[in-house]
Amino acid sequence: MQIEDRPAVIELKNLSKSFGRVKANDDISLKLYSSEILALLGENGSGKTTLMNMLSGIYQPDSGSILLNGETVKINSPKDAIKLGIGMIHQHFKLVDVFTAEENIKLGSRGKGESISARSLVQSLNLNIDLDKKIYDMSVSEKQTVEVLKVLTRKADILVLDEPTAVLTPQEIDTLFNTLREMKKAGKSIIIITHKLEEVLAISDRVAVLHKGRLVDTVNTKEADRFSLTEMMVGRQVDLDIKRAKTIPGDVVLSVEGLTVHGNEGNVELDKISFSLRAGEILGVAGIAGSGQKALCESIAGLQPVTSGSISLSGQRIDGLSPRQIIELGISMAFIPEDRLGMGLISSMNIPDNLLLKTYRDQKGLLLKRTQARKEAEELVEQLSIVTPGLKTPVSKLSGGNVQKVLLGREINLSPKVLITAYPVRGLDIGASMTIYDMLNEQKEKGVSVLFVGEDLDVLLALCDRIMVLSSGKLSAIVENRFATKALLGMKMVGMTTDKEDEYV
Amino acid sequence: MDFNHIILFLYAAILAGVPLLYGTLGEIIIEKSGNLNLGVEGMMYLGAISSFLAAYTFESAFLAIIAGFLAGVLGALIYAFLTVSLKANQNVTGLTLTVFGTGVANFIGERLKMTSEAGTVIVSDSVIRSLLPMKLGALSDIPVIGKLVFNHSILTYLSILFAILMSLYLNRSRIGLNLRAIGENPSAADAMGIDVNRYKYLHILFGGGLCGLGGVYIALVTCVGNWQPNIIGGQGWIAVALVIFASWKPLRAVFGSLIFGALSMLRLYMPKSIIDIPASIFNMLPFAVTCLVLVISSIRMKRENQQPAACGVNYFREER
Repeated sequence: MQIEDRPAVIELKNLSKSFGRVKANDDISLKLYSSEILALLGENGSGKTTLMNMLSGIYQPDSGSILLNGETVKINSPKDAIKLGIGMIHQHFKLVDVFTAEENIKLGSRGKGESISARSLVQSLNLNIDLDKKIYDMSVSEKQTVEVLKVLTRKADILVLDEPTAVLTPQEIDTLFNTLREMKKAGKSIIIITHKLEEVLAISDRVAVLHKGRLVDTVNTKEADRFSLTEMMVGRQVDLDIKRAKTIPGDVVLSVEGLTVHGNEGNVELDKISFSLRAGEILGVAGIAGSGQKALCESIAGLQPVTSGSISLSGQRIDGLSPRQIIELGISMAFIPEDRLGMGLISSMNIPDNLLLKTYRDQKGLLLKRTQARKEAEELVEQLSIVTPGLKTPVSKLSGGNVQKVLLGREINLSPKVLITAYPVRGLDIGASMTIYDMLNEQKEKGVSVLFVGEDLDVLLALCDRIMVLSSGKLSAIVENRFATKALLGMKMVGMTTDKEDEYV
Repeated sequence: MDFNHIILFLYAAILAGVPLLYGTLGEIIIEKSGNLNLGVEGMMYLGAISSFLAAYTFESAFLAIIAGFLAGVLGALIYAFLTVSLKANQNVTGLTLTVFGTGVANFIGERLKMTSEAGTVIVSDSVIRSLLPMKLGALSDIPVIGKLVFNHSILTYLSILFAILMSLYLNRSRIGLNLRAIGENPSAADAMGIDVNRYKYLHILFGGGLCGLGGVYIALVTCVGNWQPNIIGGQGWIAVALVIFASWKPLRAVFGSLIFGALSMLRLYMPKSIIDIPASIFNMLPFAVTCLVLVISSIRMKRENQQPAACGVNYFREER
């Protein structure tokens, strides 16, 4: 039986939603059938989450209607959505940190009868989770399991998952997908929001593609491939291959020996890490979020004290120097935290002033001279095609991609010897990401040593000459690009040992 | 210094601790809903003047208590409307409420005094008597314990009862769990179908009422129905600090109020033969210890014992 012959469980009719002057969703119509997985694909800011938030009662549509089993429904609040059997699993987990898993699951329910017991679900779905554990003690994948349980205990028949794989390792993604397939078999309808093509192709039955708030098309996954989907998603053809610039690595520039770093609470954040970084190479850093990436970047940049071990730049010890001295020696860091604006840029200041932050000390006299910075800012905007209403606009008003270009551009402007960059493409769409990769390759060709902390293994594999894997603060492997595979990196990320240890290094 | 003197001192400490306990309990329940209300002092003033007026006019202790509670609720309603419905800044709104309550109470109090013939206004004896310590039969005759524990005003027993009930409510009931979730992460609570704004309103109003009762106690028990200018005198602020001292736990608040009550009474009960320092140093003591508590409590503490994570931040569902 063709999927379309069945009655739709959910039908969205001509939904529109604006925020101020921005049309986040423009006249979108979509159907969801029972026992199917529908992928909602689109770049960042294309309106995927907005659309689903209207389905789960977080936002109210400006116009249009939602039909559930053929009847028009009004979803005024998340409470209404739950009553109608719609459960949303948000990208940023909505969990109370100081509660146990069970307490989080119990929230908002009115005693027995209304919900299925979480313990019976854990057994029937064969999930590996301790319901009495506090959320703040949990790994991301455990937290996600709690989110899934929250929705299932409320007897939801329609599940919406917003970017569920963003924080998971490849193995964890497999587990999640298996759970989703189980649920589909049990008759649930699932919508999964993502911008990763591989996942769409792996899990979904149909794909709906959004572009700039409009629905481009809905297609059967079987009839789609990476290229057709990208073209629909971006609105033009994109070269999906990340190039790896061919260079011959030079001398060792940065050398790290037995680096141990303790956190504020005395916990070990980095445990005896040793590696070296050569001129003209990109060394990737892979690892589950929170495996010590931040401590690594910050200790090299002088922002976090080193407990033991040494860091040397061209033979000169730099651990113990102040961040400013380290910058002057030629180490630049561009760290993009989860909230993007948190580190490196002052969001209420404009581009020239943000550039000045790194250089104003070299100026003489009492008053700031802005001419030079303004000129540099103009060049930066031109070179990196940064979209901004003007140089006087605070960077908080720019879109995420443009903010990241400013941040990376500023560091590159200082012509560093070592460029440390963490998550530079976090939250960026394909087009903007490619620009950033090109910038990194260009630096590498110039002979700069690049330390690239990344999230997406496909990107790391394509871009980096060597990949170093961190697992709970320990160095679990350094793998040459030609030996590296996703499966191997994934195993190393969770700290598993393989028998062929030395061959990769 | 004999034993009897110490018992008298401890008894006085309990008396002085009761209004602090009301203020602290009120603020705890408000902060658990995710709102920081710096208007405790103001709500206590409103409670004090309203109960005083009711007692003065109707000569009824019962009506005085109700009036004080409702006045606190009313002050809290202004605060809740501004912060929950209109999303105004919580700190500014709370501070303003304190200034407002202090002004209104002092204005009405002074006005009463000026218009009275004797130049003082005193509530009739019958009202005061019904709020005086009452004996609980044979229990009150037990030596020491009888005096310390079973010989108190109805308002004192009530405050302890509130502390116990609030502790059960927060930690054992389903509604309490939902409330704590709102204080920690309102968007998580919202996503689970909890009506965040309704919870906030109800608990802010109830907390305001408790603060009002603290005012009632000060006006009618501490000052025995004799209105004085600046009658609350910063006790609302100590209550705000006590919330931290009690790490947001009602039962610890009982303990904390006792300590701070004792500190404020030390001036009167410390024999000059032991320590002879100016009285103003003793007056300073509760505030100095408050500072100390704030410093120490910012260092230690498990995550469960900290301020609710979303306290002080307004919740707006459609925020991007």
